[in-house]
Amino acid sequence: MEHKEYKAINKSVRKKDAMQLLLGKPVYTDDIVPDNALVVKLLRSPHANAIVASIDTKTAKLVPGVVDIYTWEDVPTERFTNAGQTFPEPSPYDRMIIDRHVRFVGDVVAIIAAENEKAALKAMKLIKVEYEKLTPVLDFRTAKDNPILVHPEDNWVPTVDVGGSNKRNLVASDSNSSGDVEGVMADCDIVLDRTYHTKAFNQAMMETFRTYTSLDRYGRLHVISSTQIVFHVRRILSHALGIPKNKIRVEKPRIGGGFGAKQSSVSEVYPAFVTMKTGRPAMIIFTREESQIAGSPRHEMQVRVRLGANKDGKIRVLDLYTLSNSGAYGEHGPTTVGLSGHKSIPMYTGSLEAYRFDYDVVYTNTMAAGAYRGYGATQGIFAVETTVNELAEKLGMDPTVIRDINMLKEGMQMPAYYNEIASACALDRCLEHCKEMFHWDEKYPVRDMGNGKVRTAGVAMAMQGSGISNVDVGSATVKLNEDGDYILIIGAADMGTGCDTILAQMVAECMDCSVDKVSVFGADTDASPYDSGSYASSTTYITGKAVEKACADLKKRMCSIASDILECSEEEIVFDNGLLRQIDTDKTVTTREIGCKAQVNNTKAAEASASHSSPVSPPPFMVGMVEIELDKLTGEVTILDYMSVVDCGIPINPALARIQAEGGIVQGIGHTLYENIQYDKKGRPIENSFMQYKLPTRLDMGNLKVEFEHSYEPTGPFGAKSIGEIVINTPAPALAHAIYRATGVWHRELPITPEQIAMSKPE
Amino acid sequence: MDIQITLNGKKITDNVDADMLLIDFVRKHGCLSVKRGCETANCGLCTVLMDDTPILSCSMLVARAAGHNITTLEGLQEEASEFVGFIADQGADQCGFCNPGFVMNTIALLRENPNPTDDEIRAFLAGNLCRCSGYEGQLRGIRAFLDSRKEN
Repeated sequence: MEHKEYKAINKSVRKKDAMQLLLGKPVYTDDIVPDNALVVKLLRSPHANAIVASIDTKTAKLVPGVVDIYTWEDVPTERFTNAGQTFPEPSPYDRMIIDRHVRFVGDVVAIIAAENEKAALKAMKLIKVEYEKLTPVLDFRTAKDNPILVHPEDNWVPTVDVGGSNKRNLVASDSNSSGDVEGVMADCDIVLDRTYHTKAFNQAMMETFRTYTSLDRYGRLHVISSTQIVFHVRRILSHALGIPKNKIRVEKPRIGGGFGAKQSSVSEVYPAFVTMKTGRPAMIIFTREESQIAGSPRHEMQVRVRLGANKDGKIRVLDLYTLSNSGAYGEHGPTTVGLSGHKSIPMYTGSLEAYRFDYDVVYTNTMAAGAYRGYGATQGIFAVETTVNELAEKLGMDPTVIRDINMLKEGMQMPAYYNEIASACALDRCLEHCKEMFHWDEKYPVRDMGNGKVRTAGVAMAMQGSGISNVDVGSATVKLNEDGDYILIIGAADMGTGCDTILAQMVAECMDCSVDKVSVFGADTDASPYDSGSYASSTTYITGKAVEKACADLKKRMCSIASDILECSEEEIVFDNGLLRQIDTDKTVTTREIGCKAQVNNTKAAEASASHSSPVSPPPFMVGMVEIELDKLTGEVTILDYMSVVDCGIPINPALARIQAEGGIVQGIGHTLYENIQYDKKGRPIENSFMQYKLPTRLDMGNLKVEFEHSYEPTGPFGAKSIGEIVINTPAPALAHAIYRATGVWHRELPITPEQIAMSKPE
Repeated sequence: MDIQITLNGKKITDNVDADMLLIDFVRKHGCLSVKRGCETANCGLCTVLMDDTPILSCSMLVARAAGHNITTLEGLQEEASEFVGFIADQGADQCGFCNPGFVMNTIALLRENPNPTDDEIRAFLAGNLCRCSGYEGQLRGIRAFLDSRKEN
């Protein structure tokens, strides 16, 4: 491991926007757009599967203030996907702006544009729709080859062959394996065969989906949206509206949270369509109910795990089958499912002789899923980690010891992770560190508190990736200003995580200046260099490396300008402590002098752009341990302590990395104990507001403690890997483990509510 | 209907619809710090002070606030500036969308109880949801502020 003293890296710098945000300045989409925008509202289907037999908007259009109302008859017929993903878009083209066939409760039936909200809502009530109701497919376990087809249409376009077929309700299907799975399984002392079920949890970012659109001074479509993916939104709108990409500009202001929800173009197309039709500015703000029932949540998954091991605890074979529910549309369906195996199995590379990972992704008549922090890994890790915990309990082994025997160690090749080498892996140290910090040996035993309550603990490990290997592109432009300071221009989207700040720290480190001397601008498709966007735990690792490259290039350019000033050769100039010095002399030039020179009689640009992509996606690692108190009468679980140790390589900003971890853990606690997504028998969503969808409050998480074990990732910027997603993965398996310890029951479906605990009996 | 409200110390007279919510009124009058997070009085983002008591502006008709003093974060910049830097030092601002409601309620807490324990802080702010930070950093920030005040 490399130990290096950095000036700006590995420092807890305040976020550049922190004081603006904390003092409530107007920096979000809804705060910065003009008041004259048309209000856009969507009439949504009350049926899970139906054909719009007739729709009459005549009376509704008479409401004063209503500008226009659009139905399926008014929109282009070409299908597209809302998923924000790189070429060739792996999610099928299965959407229209408005489809006559509505496929879930909440699917769009009409777009209303009005001068004010009241007029729009009044008009919504006056639209007369007759539906030809069809039987919906609601249970994803019955979807594959069901005679009822969610997408019977002939213009369903699978852009890439991912094993899907709309005539089988299949979005994607694949299988891969290594070694003799059945042979090894037959030779094992113990085989566990378990099935797990996780729900379509909502990201529930505090700012709902929202977009403003207008025509700019050149007549181009100008989109200001709360999005993680400005470039993907530009492409999606171009495709959906049938207008060239050079006629569209997409920018994002500050974003009130995303967690992957805003990696799909959920709200953009509706006001964009209105602006293109009317020429007028338009704005849509999803209500919380709309965000709950028509957002882009986690994929519901059923994961079957077959685990074969020896009596000594050696895990020799893992066999996973994942069934993923993509809902009514296929956004992120073909890709999320892969992580349920590829980011769970490799953690047990240690003594693994064979693995198999098969999956199917199906359509149903429920809300379309999308990207949510963890992206399939969360579901797979819940299943695999819980099975490993059960193995330990069955063998009477300490679950931390069984992990020591089997876990991935630095330098190992991971067959289930595209044969990548774990070049930076401190998972073993994370476990050791966490065990000591948590006082595992004292907290793991079940302790009866004598008042109907018991205390005990659970454990889980996790991994994720850092960007999508051979796919993601991150870019950065760095410019020198005449004051000798810098501006960094990016296409990645800071959605609150602090990427603007950590990337500025990298510029400061490269250019030998303070972080205050680096301003950041982004993201805007007209001004930013291309970046896939902020998702897949890619920004620190991929865009960070692009920043490093751009700075290296800018330094060269500055040396060249300095050589003009000092009238020497470029090779004689060195970058030294923020100054440019001619070697073997005491002649120096300041960055300010170069900045000024760059603007007078100069032909050399004092700016540089660079792009980066990586052939590998180095996994961060993590261990989480939870101590609970469980009330045996009511089933209530109280979290006392949640401690974790994370290996994200070298943390660029330890304070921000820690907050990522703490936030992810609490979000994970939410989907394990409180949050649920259910439908009634007609397919109507039940948890349609925060009344029913219970986010954890600050009374629900106990005491959090997060520490780090450093590794040094040679391909990352300054040794960094990623942190954003992995942090949500340990709570579900760790809590399920602790609940088993307290009750003798393995809960294999999330969430695990007090009712389920109180009503359950040991197997 | 005509109403008069004192908003951040300034008397405002306006003609409003009977069903207008207080959040929409204050945003219309330039107080854009006030955010809507849920519409069902569950998230605390729209917290403002009415006669110095924290209330949820998404669940109150502006007519009910007529004749009262309404204060938003725009009117408490100085008082907020005393402690929000400590939250910033933790990186706990994150996306920031919940910050104004959280800051307003923290101001109310500290006015009522200048030296709260950690449990008192958690209990008072329980209605302020945050999806990014996991809450612990917000607590550390408030604690650091209180400790710094003791030192001075």
